[in-house]
Amino acid sequence: MTTTLPAYDEVVARFEPVIGLETHVELGTNTKMWCGCPTDFGGEPNTRVCPVCLGLPGSLPVANKAAIEATIRIGLALNCSIAEWCRFARKNYFYPDMPKNFQISQYDEPLCFDGYLDVEVNGEMVRIGIERVHLEEDTGKTLHVGGATGRIHGATESLVDYNRAGIPLVEIVTKPIPGTGALAPEVARAYVAELRDVIRSLGVSDVRMEEGSLRCDVNTSLNRPGEEWGTRTETKNVNSLRSVERAVRSEMLRQASVLEAGGRITQETRHFHEDTGDTTSGRSKETATDYRYFPEPDLVPLAPDTAWVAELKAALPELPRLRRKRIQQDWGLSDLDMQSVVNAGAVELIEATVAAGATPAAARKWWLGELSRRANETGVELADVGATPAQVAELQGLVDAGKLNDKLARTVLEGVVAGEGSPTEIMTNRNLEVVSDTGALTAAVDEAIAANPDVADKIRSGKVAAAGALVGAVMKTTRGQADAKTVRELILARLGA
Amino acid sequence: MTDLSKLTAVEIAGLVASGETSAVEVTQAHLDRIGAVDDRVHAFLHVDTEGALTAARAVDERRAAGEELGPLAGVPVAVKDVLTTKGVPTTVGSKILEGWRPPYDSTIVERLRAAGTVMLGKTNMDEFAMGSSTEYSAYGPTRNPWDLERIPGGSGGGSAAALAAYEAPLSIGSDTGGSIRQPGAVTGTVGAKPTYGGTSRYGLVAFSSSLDTPGPCARTVLDAALLHEVIGGHDPRDSTSIPAPVPDVVAAARRGATGDLTGVKLGVVTEFTGEGAEPGVMAAFRESVEALAKLGAEIVEISCPHFKYALPAYYLIAPSECSSNLARFDGVRFGLRVGDDGNRSLEEVMSLTREAGFGPEVKRRIMIGTYALSSGYYDAYYGQAQKVRTLITRDFTSAFEQVDALISPTTPFVAFPIGSRTADPYQMYLADLFTIPTNLYGGPAISVPCGLSDGLPVGFQIMAPTMADDRMYRVAAALESAVGTLTPPTL
Repeated sequence: MTTTLPAYDEVVARFEPVIGLETHVELGTNTKMWCGCPTDFGGEPNTRVCPVCLGLPGSLPVANKAAIEATIRIGLALNCSIAEWCRFARKNYFYPDMPKNFQISQYDEPLCFDGYLDVEVNGEMVRIGIERVHLEEDTGKTLHVGGATGRIHGATESLVDYNRAGIPLVEIVTKPIPGTGALAPEVARAYVAELRDVIRSLGVSDVRMEEGSLRCDVNTSLNRPGEEWGTRTETKNVNSLRSVERAVRSEMLRQASVLEAGGRITQETRHFHEDTGDTTSGRSKETATDYRYFPEPDLVPLAPDTAWVAELKAALPELPRLRRKRIQQDWGLSDLDMQSVVNAGAVELIEATVAAGATPAAARKWWLGELSRRANETGVELADVGATPAQVAELQGLVDAGKLNDKLARTVLEGVVAGEGSPTEIMTNRNLEVVSDTGALTAAVDEAIAANPDVADKIRSGKVAAAGALVGAVMKTTRGQADAKTVRELILARLGA
Repeated sequence: MTDLSKLTAVEIAGLVASGETSAVEVTQAHLDRIGAVDDRVHAFLHVDTEGALTAARAVDERRAAGEELGPLAGVPVAVKDVLTTKGVPTTVGSKILEGWRPPYDSTIVERLRAAGTVMLGKTNMDEFAMGSSTEYSAYGPTRNPWDLERIPGGSGGGSAAALAAYEAPLSIGSDTGGSIRQPGAVTGTVGAKPTYGGTSRYGLVAFSSSLDTPGPCARTVLDAALLHEVIGGHDPRDSTSIPAPVPDVVAAARRGATGDLTGVKLGVVTEFTGEGAEPGVMAAFRESVEALAKLGAEIVEISCPHFKYALPAYYLIAPSECSSNLARFDGVRFGLRVGDDGNRSLEEVMSLTREAGFGPEVKRRIMIGTYALSSGYYDAYYGQAQKVRTLITRDFTSAFEQVDALISPTTPFVAFPIGSRTADPYQMYLADLFTIPTNLYGGPAISVPCGLSDGLPVGFQIMAPTMADDRMYRVAAALESAVGTLTPPTL
């Protein structure tokens, strides 16, 4: 069956979306949640395991204090209340990537609850309610071999890697977000981006969506104005910021077409496909598993000391949104300019470049200009473009000292990106320094005057603007390495103008 | 020549320490005894002859090198098959773990090794410690050395029978609802359930996490105390382990052995002295209470009104936790796998494995527990049972405001004939009627022999407040000094 999807502006004219996001963040602790196994990404399958994270009979979990601390810090940064007493709970279900066939999670007693995160969308502030932040363990990874889809259905064999099993995982659940209208997809994206920045600023996770250390499920429903909220679907497998936006949009379009045709939305899990931008139906929640949650008897309740929580709160770093505001003022940027800096992912880079000695304007010029262009061309993140803030600051220092002009500086930067060394080394090795030796320049100027007697006459007679032609000639003979301003002064002095 | 297998742990340790005998000789004597009688008793699921002799040799070498030995060095010990032993089969009495050799030692076993004890092997038990007769072992029942046609109690029937049959002077059990004390009672041996959290559960294959408590079994109270001291104490790998030193149970046992209980106030649990127990059991219990009074103890009656709800609460909490704890036995990572012929789905293989690997009592409890935790039933069953647990705990705490310890028979009836109660689960569950409240509360309790009824041993239970394990050893040793130990018939 192929249905033509309605146009987006028609959908938002007739329906109001309610969205909600569940985000899983793998914490960057050194060891796993319940045992001492290392947590770093990669590694030969099943080499970072022990009796505890393999769920061997008799083994017992012991909670990782660093993970609890990180979760509380996330909760505090999201303006949550921190539970004075709470417990872990077992979520029971059979799946081979879950070594114990239950996941230690939290159920009705989350560690952090009832907070919010302010995000900016098109210059407007939207407050996203945070329902809860809780701590649980990650599962292993299953590889299904032999089927057409890579899913368990139809596979002839399944391989399980337990290296990831037991890595601490924080789940952050928003309250339902109504009232965003046509902006719903952008709000979803902005929330995840802001959440990522907040968690990164706390230094508790590397929050890399592409490596799965930040994973997102998106809930979407539609209702007609004035009616009750509609049935929601949960879209899984949304693994980039762009996908978050696309998933909401695509689900809004799909649901609208179902509703317009008089159909009902099924409460179900849907899978997002990066290639098509569509979602397809997963398992239906109407036959949902009963997880038989109960308090985890192998762990003692968690009762974070209030003084400790207060200490953690006092030590929180400046939050990204406030930091951006401060930076914008310090750098004297307009909202629009700041927006382009943020969109380019250049805030930290420019900040570091300024810290290394460049002016904010110069730093911004390099990162948003030459380097952004190059990052776009080669399809890499700006931070991975090949130049460091220190190198950019050094380059600008050479320009400020008159050793490089703009054109030469670009050439040197190309060398930096190509890995040829520091700007100074490249300038020296490739002999790119501005010729400022007036003796050598005077010779070049005299040569140019001699070769262009009519131009020289014009200048002598007061037509100073004609000096440009002689400057060009001198630049040509010095292969662009002369300082144009100096050359011009020399010409005028020589011709007595 | 002395029959080394008839000696207590204290006597053996003394002989080894003084050099009068070697750990190897002691070990060989017990291995010989096992060889002579275990085909009739079936206390062991696995005898680790090589491992035992190697450990014994190491003790002898350390002694020869002049190293100081611990108080139980060179003493053989039998370990219930519920505790993991590195490289040595651990089955939990179940087909589902047949052939599994754990890659790690449980904390208890680690401490036993460090103390220089010699592990003889692994003892039989009801499958996953669910049962009161050891008849639910997937490897056949253990028989009571007092009467081979009768049960040795359960779930730790193997550990208790091994003591009564002189196959080992010490053994380790685990007590979830009475699995150390009830076998101790019906085999005429001593079994102590420490305070929950006083002994580590790391490496104890879980049945019911909030109740399971490993503990010592012996033929004398002092031996049990010495073993308790070796295995007890905080373990950072078990987060429910209590970060406090082990109460001085050995000193308490020695003090009690002097036979003076002046100033000790004991409460007879009214609810456990009525019609629930056999007359012969009650008679032996009453006589022992009088003996304690003669030693100076003050005896009062104490009512614990919620104890009567302990059995139903237990049979919701324990199965609930077991239904989750036993989920990992699915044939994917270890143990039995059934039906993996390349044509069946994962789910089918898991189901077939569990169907073939678990016995009837385990399946019954998984079903009960799964139901009790289900959405919509949780509050009525699991939630309600937890409330009852709180009420039972209050009964204990208020009782301990009035008395130093509570006393009762350990079990309502003496060893029953094999096969006589398997048809009716409830009749089997009644065996733990008097032991279960302690597990729900978390305090320590001990069973000591207190006489015979129709020629079969009767157990006397002493229950103490949490972390007052020393108190029960004192009373138990005093009782032992008054009524003596029991000598089983010669096998």
